[in-house]
Amino acid sequence: MNVESPIREPLILGNKTYHQITEDICKPIEGRANKLWYLVFTIAAICALWGIGLIAYTFGTGIGVWGLNKTVGWAWDITNFVWWVGIGHAGTLISAILLLFRQKWRMAINRSAEAMTIFAVICAALFPAIHVGRVWVVYWFFPIPNQLGSLWVNFNSPLLWDLFAISTYFSVSLVFWYIGLIPDFATVRDRQIKPLAKKIYSVLSFGWSGNVKAWQRFEEVALVLAGLSTPLVLSVHTIVSMDFATSIVPGWHTTIFPPYFVAGAIFSGFAMVATLLIIMRKVLNLEEYITINHLESMNKVIVVTGSIVGVAYITELVIAWYSGVQYEHYAFLNRATGPYAWAYWIMMSCNVISPQLFWSRKVRRSLIATFMLSIVVNIGMWFERFVIIVTSTHRDFLPSSWTMFYPTFVDLGIYIGTIGIFFTLFLLFSRVFPVIAIAETKSILKISGDGWKKKTENMYEKIGEADHHH
Amino acid sequence: MGKKTILAIFEDPDDILHGTKQLMSKGIKIREIYAPFPIHGIDKALGVKPTRISTVAFFYGVLGLTIALLMMWYMNVKDWSMNIGGKPSFSLSQNLPAFIPVAFEITVLITAHLMSYTFLIRSRLFPGFKAMNPVLRATDDKFVMEIVLDDNKVAVDDLKAMVIEAKAREINDSELKYKD
Repeated sequence: MNVESPIREPLILGNKTYHQITEDICKPIEGRANKLWYLVFTIAAICALWGIGLIAYTFGTGIGVWGLNKTVGWAWDITNFVWWVGIGHAGTLISAILLLFRQKWRMAINRSAEAMTIFAVICAALFPAIHVGRVWVVYWFFPIPNQLGSLWVNFNSPLLWDLFAISTYFSVSLVFWYIGLIPDFATVRDRQIKPLAKKIYSVLSFGWSGNVKAWQRFEEVALVLAGLSTPLVLSVHTIVSMDFATSIVPGWHTTIFPPYFVAGAIFSGFAMVATLLIIMRKVLNLEEYITINHLESMNKVIVVTGSIVGVAYITELVIAWYSGVQYEHYAFLNRATGPYAWAYWIMMSCNVISPQLFWSRKVRRSLIATFMLSIVVNIGMWFERFVIIVTSTHRDFLPSSWTMFYPTFVDLGIYIGTIGIFFTLFLLFSRVFPVIAIAETKSILKISGDGWKKKTENMYEKIGEADHHH
Repeated sequence: MGKKTILAIFEDPDDILHGTKQLMSKGIKIREIYAPFPIHGIDKALGVKPTRISTVAFFYGVLGLTIALLMMWYMNVKDWSMNIGGKPSFSLSQNLPAFIPVAFEITVLITAHLMSYTFLIRSRLFPGFKAMNPVLRATDDKFVMEIVLDDNKVAVDDLKAMVIEAKAREINDSELKYKD
């Protein structure tokens, strides 16, 4: 039997049995949704429809309905793209990197974090697609022969790398997530009494039976997929950062971008996971599975990655000064003191100062503090991308072209729309899919379950007493 | 016609692991074990060979890398070589640094997908397929051992006694549901 040190906090609270775990996790998807769910779902769906309507308006009228101009050609759209992709990164980090590091606390949160990844990448991928303007020729992105002759896509371009990175990331995450879901769908299937529900979960579970060979392959496949997804997730934000870093725009032309973007992505992604899970554990009664201990572990990741981001901001400033290039000097001076200084200082205070509160154990273990700080971090990370993208382009080499960017209601509406799409999908997920990996959670019950830990502790005490009497 | 089988139902993963080792050492042949989550070491105890899926994945990776490099070479070097920013695409080796990101992405894409589909096909998993677990709670909290009577030259009652001794909590007589 595998025994874990009693000093380690249990990951599953309450005296659970295997059957109880099945009950607890299946309950939210088998019962009826409450009024609160319908209310939030309605709001999310309205936002999503509003966003989709405005996308249609953009297609019909043209990109001119956005606040872009000839100086600032990338602004709100690409800010949203990078923000959403970054949020997605936490899901893969939790399911892949923490699997390779054998972190058992990932098991309660990997399913919903991966779902978040997939929905976030859907929202992200929308922006490059719609910002090309002529969306009906968006297939020109792909390496297919076109009607103008055999002119191919340019594989030297980071924008094309990005297309491959995002498509690979999305499809591999989807496969990884679905394979993990198969045994859990089988668990749900074998509990259903109503024929329709049984039929649906039977199809979703692909006929999984849980025989030895299938489990053996399942574990190996999960391990190899984790091994593939780990460099993949790091490559995705690296390549996103190269969209900027390979240009000559002051403020973008920075070699520190790849690690800085990756750290920022994990930082914002964990913040979003915390925001979602604090609500989800309460609404779905999963507080015994997603514990304060889990949230504390995530907060530790937030404070580490937040500090890396802080160091990166300061490094950027120092290197801009040290470069001796007047354009670089001005780009950073303009960020901190120019017309967008308010955005810069929101970014600085949200991303560098506020997460430092997590050095305190009390703050790390406080639900309210975690919830508020997670939202602060997400706001800060949105502004980080805005600052990088807009302040660098609105005043670059040619002062006669200097101008400001102001978002229109279409910019705002599409952004709100993607938040709506994200929450619509996440709310549907929480009603149909087991939001915690049932099989994986069961596999750690005898090691990290509260009831079992107490049993082994008692066993040790008895052995200790017996020794004492001798 | 199905074959006569015994279903030994266990309630603890460690019990079924030890029970498997105990029965195997007595020469009992176990047809299959169904569990709600992976039990470490049970494949070895049951004499199931290690899976070769990660080796297969490596070759899928080689295939993916080859496809990626051939594609980029053909499109950007051979078929229509472009001179962008004074950096012409003359040969694969000169262009390789710029091709690495996409080569990596396509390698991962092809490896992950082909390995996953191999897993699904080899494990007979497909939407609409019928599950084979003979006890529904084998996906919940029961660990089920399936012993086919014809596989063993032991009397039914002796076999049942041995299974009980191996800490099975319940025994069901059943007919084998699937063809072997």
